[in-house]
Amino acid sequence: MSIKDRMSGNEAIATAMRQINPDVFAMFPITPSTEIPQYFAQYVADGQADTEFITVESEHSSLSACMGAEAAGCRAVTATSSAGLSYMNEILYVVASARLPVVMAVATRALTGPININHDYSDSMAERDSGFIQIYSENNQEAYDNYLQAHRIGEHPDVRLPVMICEEGFITSHALENILLEEDDAVKKFVGEYHPENYLLNREAPLAVGPYGVSSYYMEARVAQAEAMKAAKRVILEVAEDFERTFGRHYSFFEEYRMGDAEIALVLMGSSAGTARESVDELREQGVKCGLIKVRVFRPFPAEELAAALQNCKAVAVLDKSEGFSANGGPLYAETAAGCVNMDKRPKLVDIVYGLGGRDFTVEQGIRVLRRLEKIAATGETGPVYTHMGQRDLREEVQ
Amino acid sequence: MKELKTAKINPTQAWQEYPAGLEINEPGTSILNKTGEWRTKIPYWDQTKCKQCLLCTPYCPDSSIPVVDGKRQDFDYDHCKGCGICYSVCPFKAIRWEEV
Amino acid sequence: MKNMIEIRWHGRGGQGAKSASQLLADSAFFAGKYVQSFPEYGPERGGAPITAYNRISDTRCNVHSNIYYPDYVVVVDETLLHTVDVAAGLKKEGAIVINSDKDPEELRPLLHGYQGRVCTIDAKALSLKHLGRYFPNSPMLAAVVEVSHCVDPEQFLKDMETSYRHKFATKPQVVQGNLDCLAESMKEVRG
Repeated sequence: MSIKDRMSGNEAIATAMRQINPDVFAMFPITPSTEIPQYFAQYVADGQADTEFITVESEHSSLSACMGAEAAGCRAVTATSSAGLSYMNEILYVVASARLPVVMAVATRALTGPININHDYSDSMAERDSGFIQIYSENNQEAYDNYLQAHRIGEHPDVRLPVMICEEGFITSHALENILLEEDDAVKKFVGEYHPENYLLNREAPLAVGPYGVSSYYMEARVAQAEAMKAAKRVILEVAEDFERTFGRHYSFFEEYRMGDAEIALVLMGSSAGTARESVDELREQGVKCGLIKVRVFRPFPAEELAAALQNCKAVAVLDKSEGFSANGGPLYAETAAGCVNMDKRPKLVDIVYGLGGRDFTVEQGIRVLRRLEKIAATGETGPVYTHMGQRDLREEVQ
Repeated sequence: MKELKTAKINPTQAWQEYPAGLEINEPGTSILNKTGEWRTKIPYWDQTKCKQCLLCTPYCPDSSIPVVDGKRQDFDYDHCKGCGICYSVCPFKAIRWEEV
Repeated sequence: MKNMIEIRWHGRGGQGAKSASQLLADSAFFAGKYVQSFPEYGPERGGAPITAYNRISDTRCNVHSNIYYPDYVVVVDETLLHTVDVAAGLKKEGAIVINSDKDPEELRPLLHGYQGRVCTIDAKALSLKHLGRYFPNSPMLAAVVEVSHCVDPEQFLKDMETSYRHKFATKPQVVQGNLDCLAESMKEVRG
């Protein structure tokens, strides 16, 4: 039986971790960390988890400690945010290439500068090519549910990749909302134990992890890693199916909302999708055939599936909550466009960068974007393809 | 010594043939890498001057000075890289270190 | 969006506006509602103005934006009236609840022409009386429940006991004072 409760995204993820009871939790115990290790430290102190809780001197070290633990055969987790994730950058690649399925929770937040503590995807998007699987959550429920699925995805023998479960700084991490929790035993049964094939503490089969890969081997290792990321797509769906069978909540690569006959659509991620559903509902009431797609899995990117879901649309706006400084749009747009480019019939695409550094996203803004898409659908003219939304701006044409 | 599986790994194989993460799934595989051929200088052991103090052995970074029954043997030239540390630490000048 | 009550809290870092908004969400949760309670931080420092929000609804709240047209506004620190337009967007049929020992009509001129109901509560006096220290959030919480009836006031008092026992698990001696403070505060709202 699911348990009705209310809590923040941070407490929800910490609860999932407590239920899974990982072997090692290594973390840097000060800002820009999250409340997740703070909650977890309490669980350990109260005897609700027997995890080895290691406080280290930096995020670089927390992930390094997780890597060592995972290589030793443990299930290792950590949590961080913003500059803390950036400081892990080097080790993110090392963990991924060593094919160690560490699971990390990230409360996504802006990167400096200007100095800012609020939400956008600057931190996680900067690590999109690190080799981590990245799964994004709309609210505390999804943060919890995604976390429960993470270990099984990452630890699957065909995958063996680390996983980043992203919630949103403050918007999800500090917002108290209703949630359905699952019982401890049911969670433990669903997630299962971690039994890696090879691990350092197995004295029957000694092992060396993370060797030097000269150029005659490096590329083969990278191709294997790339193929594992492709294989993760299948495993993500399998785990989601089992999750739905077990707990009744449906997950996939992305969520389609009122897309059936939609001619215009938004593609976006996270909490904004909840807000934009209201925008879609309001315009649907006025007879506008609109919908939205909320991308949940960003790495591996479900390009083919997303393109198929968009193929009957005339105009699509991708909403990017991080700046790529590519002068050509944000990362979600780049992936979506790449996914659509080989389709014979494809929608006009525009990119709108919004919500940076905690800038609010409202129902009205969602409606404004959909209105713009109506015009694009009617005329076939996109106008400027890459714009920003929500900033004060002297240029009238972008208002 | 039992045959090492790693001995079969070589850079003509396809990526599917390697372990994930290029893990090395057995111990002692460094023996397969004959680093002796990297030498530009070479140490020689003069048994007549050697007092078997064994100072050279722990200093050797490549474990290339075998010890049997408490006595050092001649160099393992398959793996000695010729760094000359043994020559530097020998208190009895029982090791020469010369151009190859 | 139907049956949704939206509340905006204005306070200063350290006064407990965020905690009060969480406690309100707790009691609405106990009443079977869907809730949101979330803070909006500026500079992370004690004394800096902060805003917190509540949505209380019969269905899950999907919208995650800030609240621009609240039904109710709670001002935990009277001095904010001089620097923040606390009544911005406040619905006329709603109300604003201000922590002050003044008469509501005395404060109305500071509310940028707000036409609706203005209420005050002397949270300082009530807090000092029941808690011995100045924690304005319990009286403010009681006042907003009394004014808005966003949850049933009687049920609220029962549920808060549960909440306080959880929140103050390490110092149970403060629970009764907080409960007394809530009960009296509900009677002491002016306006």
